[in-house]
Amino acid sequence: MRDCYIHSAVSISAQNTFSTEDFLLDVIVHNAKKIQAVYPNYKDFISPIAARRMQTGVKMGVVAANKALQVAKLNEPDAIITGTGMGCIADTEKFLNSIIDNNETYLTPTSFIQSTHNTIGAQIALGLKCNNYNNTYTHGSLSFESALIDAQLLLQQQEAKHVLVGGIDELGVEFVDYVQMIEANESKGICVPFSEGAAFTVLSSEKKENAIKLQDIITISEASKEELILKLEDFLTLNNMDTKAIDAIILGNNGDVYDIYYEHIVTSLFSNVARIEYKHLSGEFYTASAFAFWLGTNVLQKQYIPKEVLKNSIQNKSIKTLLLYNQFKGKDHSFILLKI
Amino acid sequence: MPVKELREELKEKIIAQLNLEEFSVSDIDDDDALFGDGLGLDSIDALELIVILDKDYGIKLTDPNEGKEVFKSITVLADYIAERTNK
Repeated sequence: MRDCYIHSAVSISAQNTFSTEDFLLDVIVHNAKKIQAVYPNYKDFISPIAARRMQTGVKMGVVAANKALQVAKLNEPDAIITGTGMGCIADTEKFLNSIIDNNETYLTPTSFIQSTHNTIGAQIALGLKCNNYNNTYTHGSLSFESALIDAQLLLQQQEAKHVLVGGIDELGVEFVDYVQMIEANESKGICVPFSEGAAFTVLSSEKKENAIKLQDIITISEASKEELILKLEDFLTLNNMDTKAIDAIILGNNGDVYDIYYEHIVTSLFSNVARIEYKHLSGEFYTASAFAFWLGTNVLQKQYIPKEVLKNSIQNKSIKTLLLYNQFKGKDHSFILLKI
Repeated sequence: MPVKELREELKEKIIAQLNLEEFSVSDIDDDDALFGDGLGLDSIDALELIVILDKDYGIKLTDPNEGKEVFKSITVLADYIAERTNK
C-alpha cells in the first residue's frame, strides 16, 4: 500500500488564513455569535459570469480548491472529493422559501440546481474541465473525514496518484439561527461562534521533500469515554506508535458539555504534550475539522505553534507527530495522525 | 404601464433575478441581445425569464420557438408583455 503525502493545504476561514505566507499572524478576535469567513477576492479565481450563480460555499470551495492545486503545482487531480455537512444551505433556504412564498408554484431553477450538496465538487470539476472521479460526502461532522478516508483508499490502492480533498460549509441565512436558538436553551451549549469555511488539500502518493504524511485516520460514530481510549490505543498500535510518539494534540473543543471527551483523552493519555485548540478562532461548523487539518499541516511544516492556539505551556523543540481529535455532541469522533 | 417604464422595470428584474451583479440598468441597451453576444444569458436564464413572465405578468410561455423570438431584446420583450397586459 502506498503512503499519502500532503502536497498543499489551503484554508478560507474566519481568520486571515488564505495567504500561504502568514500563519495566524494577525488573529481576529470574534465576539459575535455568528461569523462570516474572511473572503478572498473571488474575481482573481472565478469569472463574474461563472460566479453570479454561486453562493458563498461554492465560491469559497472553488477558490480554495484552485489555490490548493496551484500550491501543489497540479493541473488536474485524479479525483475530486469534497465533504460538507450542510451543503449549499443558502440556496436550499432560498428555493424552499420561494416555494412557500409562491404557494408551491414558480420554482425558479437557479437556486434549486445549485442547492445540492455536490454542487461544490461539480463546480470545481467544471472549472477544471476534469472528468475524473468526483464524490461528495455528507456525514455531519464526519463529512471531511469521510472524504479523507476515500482519498486515502484511492491512493493506497493505487487508483489515483493525486487527489484533491476539501471540507466546505457556509453559514446560510436562517437555519443556523434556529440551531443557535436551540444551543442557547441548552444548559451548556456550544460557546464558540457559528461560522463557515473551506479547506482543501492535495494528497499524493508521490513523496516530495519536506512533505507531511497523512499517517492514518479513523472515525468512530459512537463510543463511551472509556471505549474511546481503547480504540485510540488500538489505532496508535496499528500505526506502530504509542502515546509517547505524539508531540501535540489538536482538539475541537467548542465549550459545550461534550468537551469532557477531550478532557478525558488528555488527562488519560496526553497530559504532557502540547495542547492545541482552534474553534475559538475558526468557529464551529460541520467541517471545522478541515481547518484543524490545515492548522496541523502548518504546525508540522513551520515547526511552530501560534500562541493563540496553544493551550498549555508545552512547546516541543521538534514536532514530528500530531494527533487531531474531533467530535460533535459526544458522537462522530475522528482521529487523524499527521507525521513529518 | 408605459412601455418605456416597463423596459426599465424588466432590466431591474433581470439584473436582480439573474444575479447580474456586474450590470446596472444603464449598462443594458433596449436593443441589446439578451442571449449570445449581448448580455450572454444562457438556458438556465431562459427558465428564469419564463418564471418572471408567468409570476409577474401572468403570461405563460409554452412554445420554445416563441421564446426565442420574445427574449431577443428588452424592446421585444417589453412590447410582447405590453400587448398582452394592456388589453
